[in-house]
Amino acid sequence: MAGQGRADSRPLSPHLQIWKWHWTMAGSIFHRVSGLGLYGGAFLIGAWLVALATGPEAYAFVEMIAFSLPGQILLFLWSMAVLYHFANGLRHLIWDGPMIGFNPGVASLWSMFNFAFAIIGAAVIWSLASFY
Amino acid sequence: MTTSAKSVRGLGSAGAGTQHHIRQRVTAVALLFLVPWFLYSIIVACKAGYEGALTWVAQPVNAILLILTLSAALYHMRLGIQVVIEDYIAKSGTRQALLILNTFAVIALAAATILSVLKIWFTAGA
Repeated sequence: MAGQGRADSRPLSPHLQIWKWHWTMAGSIFHRVSGLGLYGGAFLIGAWLVALATGPEAYAFVEMIAFSLPGQILLFLWSMAVLYHFANGLRHLIWDGPMIGFNPGVASLWSMFNFAFAIIGAAVIWSLASFY
Repeated sequence: MTTSAKSVRGLGSAGAGTQHHIRQRVTAVALLFLVPWFLYSIIVACKAGYEGALTWVAQPVNAILLILTLSAALYHMRLGIQVVIEDYIAKSGTRQALLILNTFAVIALAAATILSVLKIWFTAGA
């Protein structure tokens, strides 16, 4: 109880700094991080659409930013966040619906797959996009 | 959409029941189909330049799917950020202000983007 101190030796729930990192934990954290990133990204995609509706000058300005080096890096990170949030979101739906994949081994492997899917998927999309 | 438990027990201790959770999942299912289309389309549209992007948005199927993607994604992200704010901001005033700001920002973005799509679509034939 509050104010009575802790007489027993039972462990506290560990804080983030002293928690041993593992795949499912990283997977959960990055789901939230990518979600936050996509929130910001939606406003940038929105700016693209509004510029398109505004006229050629506004669109040229957005294109100039998008094709600059920081713009290209940001777009690459955005596509990686989309793919990660997509893959891990699908896993959440599978957890909630058919309720499979809770076994620790499977869950860890699945987290690794989601990270790999995001990184490799983004690389494939950007190579295809620059070739065709 | 409501759960049968809610109609029996009222809204529960959180005051909101499971409605938030269900809406998050329903928009997620919609995005499962819309996001792959959107990713492919926006790359094709961006590579086509100003005129090409306009022509792409002006096609009715693309305009409709674009509006559906925007609606599902924006509602989904409003729900998601709401939970993040509730998790990390304990101070009541700040929390309420951020929750309202979240709603305003998302609705403003929805209005601006959906109106842009409609403008491009309706002025294309003119």
